[in-house]
Amino acid sequence: MSNIAKAFENGKAFIPFITCGDPDLETTAAAVREMVKNGADLIELGIPFSDPTAEGPVIQGANIRALKGGVKTDKVFGLVRELRTDVTVPMVFMTYANVVFSYGAEKFISTCAEIGIDGLILPDIPFEEKEEFLPLCKKYGVDLISLIAPTSENRIGMIAKEADGFIYLVSSLGVTGERSEIKTDLSSIVKIIRDNTNVPCAIGFGISTPEQAKSMADISDGAIVGSAIVKLLEQHGTAAPKYIGEYVKKMKDAIK
Amino acid sequence: MTNQNGRFGIHGGQYIPETLMNAVIELEQAYNFYKNDPEFNRELTELLNDYAGRPSRLYYAEKMTKDLGGAKIYLKREDLNHTGAHKINNVLGQALLAKKMGKTRLIAETGAGQHGVATATAAALMGMECVVFMGEEDTKRQALNVYRMRLLGAEVIPVTSGTATLKDAVSEAMREWTKRISDTHYCLGSVMGPHPFPTIVRDFQAVISKEIKEQMLEKEGRLPDAVIACVGGGSNAIGSFYNFIEDKEVRLIGCEAAGRGIDTFETAATISTGKLGIFHGMKSYFCQDEDGQIAPVYSISAGLDYPGVGPEHAHLYDIGRAEYVAITDDEAVNAFEYLSRTEGIIPAIESSHALAHAIKLAPTLSSDKIIVVTVSGRGDKDCAAIARYRGEDIHE
Repeated sequence: MSNIAKAFENGKAFIPFITCGDPDLETTAAAVREMVKNGADLIELGIPFSDPTAEGPVIQGANIRALKGGVKTDKVFGLVRELRTDVTVPMVFMTYANVVFSYGAEKFISTCAEIGIDGLILPDIPFEEKEEFLPLCKKYGVDLISLIAPTSENRIGMIAKEADGFIYLVSSLGVTGERSEIKTDLSSIVKIIRDNTNVPCAIGFGISTPEQAKSMADISDGAIVGSAIVKLLEQHGTAAPKYIGEYVKKMKDAIK
Repeated sequence: MTNQNGRFGIHGGQYIPETLMNAVIELEQAYNFYKNDPEFNRELTELLNDYAGRPSRLYYAEKMTKDLGGAKIYLKREDLNHTGAHKINNVLGQALLAKKMGKTRLIAETGAGQHGVATATAAALMGMECVVFMGEEDTKRQALNVYRMRLLGAEVIPVTSGTATLKDAVSEAMREWTKRISDTHYCLGSVMGPHPFPTIVRDFQAVISKEIKEQMLEKEGRLPDAVIACVGGGSNAIGSFYNFIEDKEVRLIGCEAAGRGIDTFETAATISTGKLGIFHGMKSYFCQDEDGQIAPVYSISAGLDYPGVGPEHAHLYDIGRAEYVAITDDEAVNAFEYLSRTEGIIPAIESSHALAHAIKLAPTLSSDKIIVVTVSGRGDKDCAAIARYRGEDIHE
């Protein structure tokens, strides 16, 4: 069974996202430890990409800051090695296909397995293109996470049936970033997912408040939050981990 | 040449967010239906002929030929089309298709502004809403085209992310499409992006090589020895090449923008300096660093200032069917001035890259050889920038 399943054993999962190296890797490490201490069930680590087409302005900004700070793929692997000396919660990478492809897919994915990365989220790899990396993910035991969107409609069952780890349900149209309201009829999408798989399903995109997290977690297995955390880094820089810890606690308490 | 997943050899594909998958599937189904629909084709041909001014002329550049003293040079005058470039061929096709699909809003990216102007034009004609994304850097380089688009009723959104050029305009248009799909068609301007765009755009641009072939047979009774076109994403080049791909005796030559030189970082010559990657929905060659970060490319030409190349070009390169050469800013500017003086035709700075290669190639060939150069657009938009390049203080 996938190590990711552990993330869903403590009630509803709270899944925070952070861009590695924003503003530096020491801050990322401190922030991850604060997240874990305050109840995060699974950590989504973003490897920065120059042109993150699925991201809104907040996470785009984090990518730029991280790359300006000199983050390289190898340094992110180093960060994970260091974190794994004491961090045991499941961790996944969120990045773009070209970061994996250019590193050499086999070298990238085998390194993930070796350092304790449990899954890969690649927003520019839809169902039709998953053969690009899936055989290697299977070979090394790294889950390639499937995304389902409000526009997936007739594709939901097909995607859910073959999903590994957990399903990332995109809450609404558009790119990442906070939204005042999420209007998509997500319960009916979750129902189709449930009819097709036992793999847990967490909802992300646009969630920033405890109330939103609770209502999303109520209808699924967990809530994913990115931009709201990245905003704290934008505001507080290297002093952000403390604020991130407080925020994660508030969010996890809300969905428990 | 494409298979089910829109592959050209190993290139192409559909590397896009799940949110857009049903939109591209719907587009593919609609296109597969309408491309064989006689009514659609009748309407499109009428638009191309009566509105855009097709067929475009194949002009024998006699003075240029004599001056260079080698192969006979013909110019395919896409600059004479309505809106001044080949971009209108694709846009009329896509706008008509979008309308048939029930879409009421067109979004587009633009580099030099030619595709943006063409999209704004088609939107005005067909009564559709239009939003154009343009890198902020390019809105400065091509201020007149920004005004033109606004005059045509389009909203122009300057893009400040990344390098604020064409690649960022594409990223922003993709982001906008994921926000609003039901009433919106993304009118992609080149033979790039996810399947089916490289195929759709190529088919709509293939009219260029269809006409070259007919016109050449009529004028010379034979096929040309070489066809030369500039390549950014590669739409005018694939349009110029497509109907000659099976005619192996016709050399197909794409001219990329070398910027300040392919041995510098200030270049946009993807095939000369890039490597295989996955970006903007496709697998192809991209200018990138060793970590897969997309490189900030440079060219004097806003229309060629793109870090990737269409997947069909990448494939034609792989199999050796087409050649790709790199042309520097200096060479392109010289060709811009040369054609203006020699033939009284002011070419776009993009097209000047193709002309620069023709100027090099023609004297090396004997006088019984024929080369066709596609003049993809007219150069009015570039005059101020070229004047500044030559040290004159002219602003639009």
